[in-house]
Amino acid sequence: MTFVLLAEQILNGVQFGIMLFLMAAGLTLIFGVMGLINLAHGSLYMIGAFAAAAVAGMTGSFIMALLAALIASAAAGALVELLVIRRLYNKDHLDQVLATFALILIFSEGTRWVFGSFPLFLDIPASLSGPMTLPGGIQYPLYRLVLIGAGLSVALGLGLMITKTRIGIQIRAGKNDREMIAALGINISGLYTLIFSLGAALAGLAGALVGAIQSVQVGMGEPVLILAFVVIVIGGIGSIKGALIGALLVGLTDTLGGIFLPELLKFVTDPSTATSIGSSLSSMAIYILMGAILIWRPTGLFGTKL
Amino acid sequence: MKLGTLALKSALISAVAALSSTAIADTKVGMITTLSGGGAGLGIDVRDGFMLAIKQSERSDIEVVIEDDQRKPDIAVQLADKMVQSEKVDVLTGIIWSNLAMAVVPSVTAQGKIYLSPNAGPSPLAGAGCHPNYFNVAWQNDSLHNAGGAYAQSEGYKNVFIMAPNYPAGTDALNGFKALYKGDVASEVYTKLGQTDYASEIAQIRASGADAVYFFLPGGMGISFLKQYSGSGVNIPVIGPAFSFDQGILQAVGAAALGVRNTSQWNKDIDTPTNQAFVSSFLAEYERLPSLYASQGFDTANLLLSALETASVSDNAGFRSALKAANFISVRGDFKFGSNNHPIHDVYIREVVKEGDVFTNKIIGKVLNDHGDPYAKDCKM
Amino acid sequence: MIREHQLNKIILSIFLIIPLWAFVTDEPFTITLMTRATVFALAAVGLNIALGLGGLVSLGHAVFFGIGGYSMGILACHAQTYTPLMEWPMLVSGSKSMPLIWINAVIMSALAALLIGILSLRTSGVYFIMITLAFGQMFFFFSISWSAYGGEDGLSIYIRNEFPGLNTLVPIQYYALCLALLCTVLWINSRLINSPFGLALNAARQVPERVETVGLNPMRLKLAAFIISGAVTGLAGALFADLNRFVSPTMFSWQTSGEIMVFVIIGGVGRLFGPVVGALMFVALEHWLGGLSDFWHIYLGILLLGIVLFGRGGLIGMICGEARQHE
Repeated sequence: MTFVLLAEQILNGVQFGIMLFLMAAGLTLIFGVMGLINLAHGSLYMIGAFAAAAVAGMTGSFIMALLAALIASAAAGALVELLVIRRLYNKDHLDQVLATFALILIFSEGTRWVFGSFPLFLDIPASLSGPMTLPGGIQYPLYRLVLIGAGLSVALGLGLMITKTRIGIQIRAGKNDREMIAALGINISGLYTLIFSLGAALAGLAGALVGAIQSVQVGMGEPVLILAFVVIVIGGIGSIKGALIGALLVGLTDTLGGIFLPELLKFVTDPSTATSIGSSLSSMAIYILMGAILIWRPTGLFGTKL
Repeated sequence: MKLGTLALKSALISAVAALSSTAIADTKVGMITTLSGGGAGLGIDVRDGFMLAIKQSERSDIEVVIEDDQRKPDIAVQLADKMVQSEKVDVLTGIIWSNLAMAVVPSVTAQGKIYLSPNAGPSPLAGAGCHPNYFNVAWQNDSLHNAGGAYAQSEGYKNVFIMAPNYPAGTDALNGFKALYKGDVASEVYTKLGQTDYASEIAQIRASGADAVYFFLPGGMGISFLKQYSGSGVNIPVIGPAFSFDQGILQAVGAAALGVRNTSQWNKDIDTPTNQAFVSSFLAEYERLPSLYASQGFDTANLLLSALETASVSDNAGFRSALKAANFISVRGDFKFGSNNHPIHDVYIREVVKEGDVFTNKIIGKVLNDHGDPYAKDCKM
Repeated sequence: MIREHQLNKIILSIFLIIPLWAFVTDEPFTITLMTRATVFALAAVGLNIALGLGGLVSLGHAVFFGIGGYSMGILACHAQTYTPLMEWPMLVSGSKSMPLIWINAVIMSALAALLIGILSLRTSGVYFIMITLAFGQMFFFFSISWSAYGGEDGLSIYIRNEFPGLNTLVPIQYYALCLALLCTVLWINSRLINSPFGLALNAARQVPERVETVGLNPMRLKLAAFIISGAVTGLAGALFADLNRFVSPTMFSWQTSGEIMVFVIIGGVGRLFGPVVGALMFVALEHWLGGLSDFWHIYLGILLLGIVLFGRGGLIGMICGEARQHE
């Protein structure tokens, strides 16, 4: 294992984690402020990717595609919040799980109905394609570096928004005492719609950014959704900082586990058994990590007692 | 009906059912395939290819019942029960995925029904678990991977990086590749099933010093891998089986796939009158180019039609030998069944090219001649 | 309004009349569908013990369903190929006997529930939902790569297992077996609700502090409920595997957990017959809507949404009104 390979793998883990953060940030905000479990968050990710692919196909512009992803997913988020989600705030988690599970069915099959059953095409812009040489002789795809940069700036912006702006104050107040901010005359339903569509837009952005290097297809959201849940549970539900740290932990565990577990096992058994057992273990690694953290700290790393 | 006759004597029941269906001169075909959810594209192609052949035959005495298995094994089993118990079909077909085929095929063939596979060819069904009622019209799962190994060997590659998802078809794929490839394996990597990010595997490829990459990543996994690989700056040539380069998904991969070599038993440019007629009529009927899966669906229906010319489904033994004779012209060219009812056919190497605005494949050579599968020797029937 | 116990009788008679009618008119597939509904109902009755009685929202019950399924698959597969299950420390061979398989499924899933319960019950609320989901995913990924038992391909068992005195391959006989098990478990469940344990559990769900002051440990009560719940769902898993003569990792998937939960919620959480109605509805919809359109999931989704938003207490709640505390 050379230094260059290791460095590249760490970058990969960070990049994966940053994309998970974009998903997890919305989920954790929505849970923290509104107390809602949203299983349909993965569908908003998918909507972002499909909107981007459709607009990129028509205009050929990646910037337009990203804009379309933001607008489409924010609009879908707002619509869903107005029609369905706001009726769920006062229900228990069980009803929320079932209702948003129903939304997944509607969104997935609806998308297939509109766009057909084959994957769509979405490519990275030519100016961002190809590798870049980093100090130390590491060759790394430029686009993935851009992803890391974009994700970090969103994280920074989100942090600033929450600590410095008026909306941020309302969000923090909402997390601590929902009745109180209503009593203070803040338009609570407007705030909720805003937060929900902000979360949706972040998910849509992640979908479009990742869709350019992956396959844009129906059902692409659910695997990411489950990982994002793992992230916010590890980080502590409701905490943006926890989501960032949890996302990086999950990203690094998943990436490095896939490489090192088989290599480690090769010391004790023959290569092909080691590869197959190692790969099985690495696909379970993040869930084992999550289980361990929850047993150690039942409300996650930065969670407060619910 | 008394309990006794309902019981294990299913052969008797099917004979009765077959008799009653020939009385109105009908052949009933049950198609269980994937029409909704993520893998729907493949099932739709098989169905469209199959129905095109039925339509072209202009026979009105064949009824096809089509059901969607949602790619779930338990749904497929339930539909098979429905086809056998309530629809009382004579022939079943349509399943796309090996794991669904493993769930359905053994029980329907044991109940005396004929099963024609238009896509999946898991090794247990080709070897010790073969059955005289089971015919595979597509390929045994190893076929295209054997060809991949043979191609790597003939190109003189010495150190190949091989990669597949960590599930039975993935292990079969890599073993299939290694069967005819004699050089060194730089690294053998198993990825998560459904994995979408291959950055870490690509880093391993870059560091491995391999002179070629062979990968089996069906569906969306292959799209993701190719897009990421082409942007990574790694220039090691890539080889794969046709599944990741098929007509249905090539447009989603885009330019990232250009020039990639892949193995297939069929391509639209095979220059026989049957194939050219198939391609143009499919294009005319559905307004898209046919895929590998569509060609397999078309062949399956034509095999069935050819057998119906000489025997009736009610005559089980006669119908089976009519199927076994494979007296039809396959769109892939030469075709016959081996002793285990799996195809013996040629396998080609194709290259991804762009024709106008459309990404498609062109044949650049033949890799294997009259290729069967290694499991036939374990099949006792 | 119909009283709940009257409605329960009506539901039970549906489970008797439809299969009998199907048997008389020779429609074996209807019986197969009813068997599917019965087995799903049993799985959901299991979840309902944790969910309705213990207030434990488990999104990982597919673990127990899958363990039950694989208990059947592994035992029957060894019996089918005449290979021993293990030779050390003692020789254990496979089995095709249903009672043996059921006992095995119940014990194995109860053990898994004990382990998962001890770890998961340290958390509560959303964390509990998520940690159970995580355990489900662990089992799912493990089963996919467990090549000894088919991995993602799963295991095919060619002939249904045996039950003394019955021919289980005859749809109506296998159905009767499943229905008998469902009724037995429902009866036990109804006794459980009014037993001291059930009352204490009910209190532990609502006011844990009060239970503690009378000297009971709410954690242990919940753990016991979770184990019973897992064992029942495990039994359903074994029956489901025998219905299909097939097991695969799909039984472990999070969608399976979601579906089992859907059965409970459509029918009515905490109602004795809620899961039964829910499973029956789901199978009926799946069959009927699936025949109408390729895009039937959209309609299913809209229907589920309607039940959550406008129907209080699931179908049983809509028909019978609010639950009474004791009946």
